[in-house]
Amino acid sequence: MELLLAAAIGLLTAGGIYLILRLRTFPVILGLSLLSYACNLFIFAAGRLAPGLTPIIHKGAEGYTDPLPQALVLTAIVISFGMTAVLVMLAIGGHLGGGDDKVDTGVDLNK
Amino acid sequence: MMGNLIIAPVVLPAVLGGLIVLAARGNLRLQRAIGLCGTLAFTLLTLWLLLHSDQPQAYRLGNWPAPFGIVLMLDRLSGLMLGLLGALALPVLVYAIATGWDARGRHFHALFLFQLMGLSGAFLTGDAFNLFVFFEVLLIASYGLMVHGGGDARLRAGLHYVVTNLVGSTLFLFALATIYAVTGTLNMADLAQKWPLLPAGDQALARVAAGLLLLVFAVKGALVPLQFWLPGTYANAPGPVAALFAIMTKVGAYAALRMGTLVFDQGATAGMWNALLWPAALVTLALGALGALGARSLPRLIAFTAIGSMGTVFVALSAGTVQGTTAALYYMIHSTLAGAVLFLIADLIVARDGNDLRQARPIAQGGLIAAMFMAAAIAMAGLPPLSGFLGKLLVLNALMSPMAWATILIASFLTLLALARAGSALFWKPYASNPPATPHATQPMAFVATGTLLAGLVALTLFAGPLTTWLGETAQALHAPAAYIAANQLPGAS
Repeated sequence: MELLLAAAIGLLTAGGIYLILRLRTFPVILGLSLLSYACNLFIFAAGRLAPGLTPIIHKGAEGYTDPLPQALVLTAIVISFGMTAVLVMLAIGGHLGGGDDKVDTGVDLNK
Repeated sequence: MMGNLIIAPVVLPAVLGGLIVLAARGNLRLQRAIGLCGTLAFTLLTLWLLLHSDQPQAYRLGNWPAPFGIVLMLDRLSGLMLGLLGALALPVLVYAIATGWDARGRHFHALFLFQLMGLSGAFLTGDAFNLFVFFEVLLIASYGLMVHGGGDARLRAGLHYVVTNLVGSTLFLFALATIYAVTGTLNMADLAQKWPLLPAGDQALARVAAGLLLLVFAVKGALVPLQFWLPGTYANAPGPVAALFAIMTKVGAYAALRMGTLVFDQGATAGMWNALLWPAALVTLALGALGALGARSLPRLIAFTAIGSMGTVFVALSAGTVQGTTAALYYMIHSTLAGAVLFLIADLIVARDGNDLRQARPIAQGGLIAAMFMAAAIAMAGLPPLSGFLGKLLVLNALMSPMAWATILIASFLTLLALARAGSALFWKPYASNPPATPHATQPMAFVATGTLLAGLVALTLFAGPLTTWLGETAQALHAPAAYIAANQLPGAS
């Protein structure tokens, strides 16, 4: 279980970083999404892995898992979803204005 | 009554911003009225809170006790940053209305208010995860403001800004999750108590978390090597937005100061941030000065002076002493105002076709703009008599290190050179034989707004004595945060 989760976080992060370093906006957006997935899993794991336990008080429960990271993950998911939407809009705007979706060419930002 | 007003700087702009989006869509005059009245009320509110911030006070959201609920904390540092924000926001908004910048897109006023909400929330919160949320609020508003008015260059620069900050936000989450994993809390005061008691096995994780968090604040504060987003963003943002962004880099410094003094300068991470900040800040200073010297346009030059001033703030902070923090706070106030004034002046000049530093013709209303530019440049470069000189003197006085002295003095000289060169290239031209390139409307209110900020710099110089005494007490409270922690009323605390 630990190994699976750690490997998933590691792979998602590695893939995300690779894609962020690409020169076109679409892979960059995908990379940021992967990175935020890795981050969500990581936050989830911060409350320790406890399979099969309830987060809320419940009669006859054997033990509890930490509910706070689940709330934090929810916030993080909502925020990263909204941010991705903003970024897609900006990228489309840049694409329509500049004719390509390259991250760093076409326009002289140093003017 | 007093307790409830602590949350007002967050609620007021949030409600008014929503109101503008819902009720004043497409009605610029109504938007302006709501925006101006709201910002005026916001400014008065922040100044009032600043005057009542002597003792740390907590506001419990939903009356849940800390550390289970989220608290907002008003102490002197929060009050100071809020007051600075209020004093900056009103002139910037007046400027944006006077120059018609707010009419170039549809949602300027709503975004402006949401930006104020995010900034005040970030300055007030006493919870690390809530700090992340308010960072996101202020960032998402700043994304909108940054690309306000559109244009291809602005959209591209905006994209860079957004991507950099999203990576920063992800790092922030990783850091917070690690901190939560080792301490089981995210309330800052609770963290401050639990941090030195970590078991030996968790100390390496704690150091990783502290390092990640410092990276996040360094992205916000444009510290080398994470400053790459700043010049393109500030140079391509609309003038008044760049002026408001002058306080955005200070959010990084504020967060580093708050978390650094409260939580991380003890236990496994004692002295770690200061040791990391010291070299990075010196390089930031040098890079800011060299970048200013090499810039080909005025907004870009000023963006690099903003980087240099962040270097000065962080050098002073990295001393980790009361004296250093006092100097950093004074310089922070000064550089926010000076940077904002310079961005507004640059916008006045660019609007009159003076963007290129190599252009030959004088600009309309050149005399007055030249005088204001000279005053602001003197302040930014750190020449007497304005507050930049006093600020740098305080910083030098707090750092007894030849390395820091040499860097600060040489960087100041290079900045002075860059600003003097830009000033003579733009303004030193014969008027009689060479009329202005393009006539331009006078826009008196734009000059009043810029002049108000300049007057702020003069006031900062005149009242430097009482102000540094007050800042010294603030710094002492930061370095001995018992009162701040007690105000959280944590369970188990005596």
